[in-house]
Amino acid sequence: MLSENNLCSYYNLEENPGIKTKGKFISEKFAYLDDEAIIQKLVQFSSDSQTNVIFRLPQIHCSSCVFLLENLHKINEGIITSSSNFLRKEVFIVFDPHLISLRKVVELLAFIGYEPAISLNDTVKKKPVSFNRRQIYKIGVAGFCFSNIMMLSFPGYFSGGNIEQAGLKETFIWLNFALSIPVLFFSAADIFIAAWKGLRQKYLNIDAPIALAIIVTFARSYYEIISSQGAGYLDSGSGIVFFMLIGRWFQNKTYDSFSFDRDYRSYFPLGVTVIHDGVEKNIPVTQLEEGSRIILRNEEMIPADAILMRGLANIDYSFVSGENTPVEKATGELIYAGGKQMGSSIELQIIKAISQSYITQLWNNEIFNKGKNEEKSFIHPWSRYFTFALFTIAIGTGLYWWMNDPSKILPAVTAVLIVACPCSLLLSATFTYGNMLRIFGRNKLYLKNTSVIETLAKINTIVFDKTGTITQNKAAVVEYKGEFLSAMDKAIIKMATKQSAHPLSKMIAASIHDEPGQLFTVNQYKEFTGSGLEAVINNIPVKIGSGEFVPGVTGNISHDTGTSVHVELDNLYKGKFQVQHQYRDGISEMIKRLKQKGFDLHVLSGDNTMERHNLQKIFDNAAQINFQHSPQQKLDYIQSLQKNNKIVLMLGDGLNDAGALMQSDGGIAVSDNTTRFSPACDAILDGANVKLLDKFIAFAHSGKSIVTASFVLSVLYNVVGLSFAVQGMLSPMVAAILMPASSISIVLLVTASSTGSARLKGL
Amino acid sequence: MSALFILIGISILVAAIFLMAFLWSVRSGQYDDDYTPSVRMLFDDVPKLPEAEKEKSKPGSKHK
Repeated sequence: MLSENNLCSYYNLEENPGIKTKGKFISEKFAYLDDEAIIQKLVQFSSDSQTNVIFRLPQIHCSSCVFLLENLHKINEGIITSSSNFLRKEVFIVFDPHLISLRKVVELLAFIGYEPAISLNDTVKKKPVSFNRRQIYKIGVAGFCFSNIMMLSFPGYFSGGNIEQAGLKETFIWLNFALSIPVLFFSAADIFIAAWKGLRQKYLNIDAPIALAIIVTFARSYYEIISSQGAGYLDSGSGIVFFMLIGRWFQNKTYDSFSFDRDYRSYFPLGVTVIHDGVEKNIPVTQLEEGSRIILRNEEMIPADAILMRGLANIDYSFVSGENTPVEKATGELIYAGGKQMGSSIELQIIKAISQSYITQLWNNEIFNKGKNEEKSFIHPWSRYFTFALFTIAIGTGLYWWMNDPSKILPAVTAVLIVACPCSLLLSATFTYGNMLRIFGRNKLYLKNTSVIETLAKINTIVFDKTGTITQNKAAVVEYKGEFLSAMDKAIIKMATKQSAHPLSKMIAASIHDEPGQLFTVNQYKEFTGSGLEAVINNIPVKIGSGEFVPGVTGNISHDTGTSVHVELDNLYKGKFQVQHQYRDGISEMIKRLKQKGFDLHVLSGDNTMERHNLQKIFDNAAQINFQHSPQQKLDYIQSLQKNNKIVLMLGDGLNDAGALMQSDGGIAVSDNTTRFSPACDAILDGANVKLLDKFIAFAHSGKSIVTASFVLSVLYNVVGLSFAVQGMLSPMVAAILMPASSISIVLLVTASSTGSARLKGL
Repeated sequence: MSALFILIGISILVAAIFLMAFLWSVRSGQYDDDYTPSVRMLFDDVPKLPEAEKEKSKPGSKHK
């Protein structure tokens, strides 16, 4: 549907080249983009004839979007080229600053339905990710060298080391020597660095034994080659490096279009309109000072705590507190940052700097500076046991040969160190978790990295946010109870509620279907703040509002489970509309399953206690339900759970959960639209799949079993290899067969078993 | 048999050319975005039309 609309608007634009971007939206919204300081921060590169800029467009969702965005130059002559990146949801635009301004470009994008997501965060320029390319170079070089070394080693193996042609054997060996150098010094560099870093922190990570194995392999091979004793184990050594790099690359797949570390700056607007001596001016929000007067238009966000000076404020705090209903504020009242003005323009006086405002204070909490403790994966302790066992065997072998045949000490000990490389250990973990990351992604749970899987397997306590997490954000159910309403009555109610900007009115208006062919005139209309509205439509008086506002309905209010709106038509009481939060499908079943598994469940809501009854029904009294928690209280709540040795998974949306998500061991941001902004978290989950939470956790558990099982297998391979090595019989050929065979079989095993386990779990 | 020396040299040279091609393709950004080009190629005939025809031509039903 949307793609059709987009294309249609595109056709329209093409038929009318040079159409002005008027109407449709308030173009004042982007006025701040005329400010030179903001432009400087946004553009990537700027010269006299062209300006380059990259916008994030969360709306990109199909191939038509790409088509439209890459044909921008046909809509406006000022745009030189534009190219989009679908996965990153970005568009790169080159335009001529003489023909079109940055503001016009943004307005054009907004006009065709792709309003760029510009936030304060974008002005802090990110470095382009060249790291990824470096990794691919390393894999390419390692693959090239490995395959050539392998090929050049084969003749030696097949002929048993006796190649008749004079000089041929030496040629092979020295070519291998040359080819192995880039593997050792370029491709394997990361492994050495990681091992060194671990050792410097007195921590033995899995990279250390791998680095040791690589060094021993190459050192012994070089020694053999230089002293003309043999060909060495260069093929196995470069193979280890190659497989290891592939494993890392596989594990480090990231979701480019998601950002897992947003703070409030991502939400806040970039520019703001200030009034200075009666003149409106746009300034970057960072230059906002205490005492500034600002103007806020419909749907604009309040950047800092302020006092309302003029206008009717109707502030939607859903972002901050999770409260769904907008709050009305009178002149002189304090308005907290983070709310959104709904309705007409208001004038505010700033009383606190942005970083000192109520909502942003949350980020001054030390948890945001400290960051989460990097979880130490359970494979590291394993590798420690492995290393100790390895050294024991190596020393034992050395002692044995020292007593029996001292000439064999060096070959046997180095062979032990070469063959017992824990690379299959590492490969099993990287491939299992890499594959699981993809399976989670297919089920719309997007993890920040693979260590989140291990965290998921550990948790025993789950905390839910209410609004937006277990309830749906948008689709509230509007139910009518009362006397029969004719089509005419309904149309009148729709007409009356349409006049109002109050969210309840909007919901009611949206719930009544249009009856075509009827004309209405609104004779009179009056809205009473906080209680209801009165109108005369087609000469019929209508009164819609709260129980107190519409009389004659006392007595039945206490039974309401949601919010009620009462209706009086033609001076007769008709009935009420009940607006209820819609709980997500399958939530209560999921809760039941979680309960059976013995998880400790909690609910933290910023909203009022109205839904307590319904929530208790869903949770079947299995959860502690807490209402009216501020963002800071949520954070503290999680902290107190953790003090009782609970490992907490937090599910939440919105800025009000940001602190709790950060504090928890695992924070999952729930989003109905995964392209939307979500707070800092470990994973982003599509709202429709919250019901799969118990399966996700079960799958994470099975991941650990798979890794453990494959560890056992890799230990078996090591036993076989070591049995050759301790006897001093490890020929390069045995190493060359054993190494790839063990790596490939383990990769196949873990990939197949993790995929199979996902099927079993119903993911 | 000495032909082998030449053949080995050639084989490594060919492999090195492929490696160079790979490195070049990474450097030129072909691995940065592995999805959009597959979509882009479905559309790219339109911009190539001459200026006069461009005004008239309408892209067909190309949406998904």
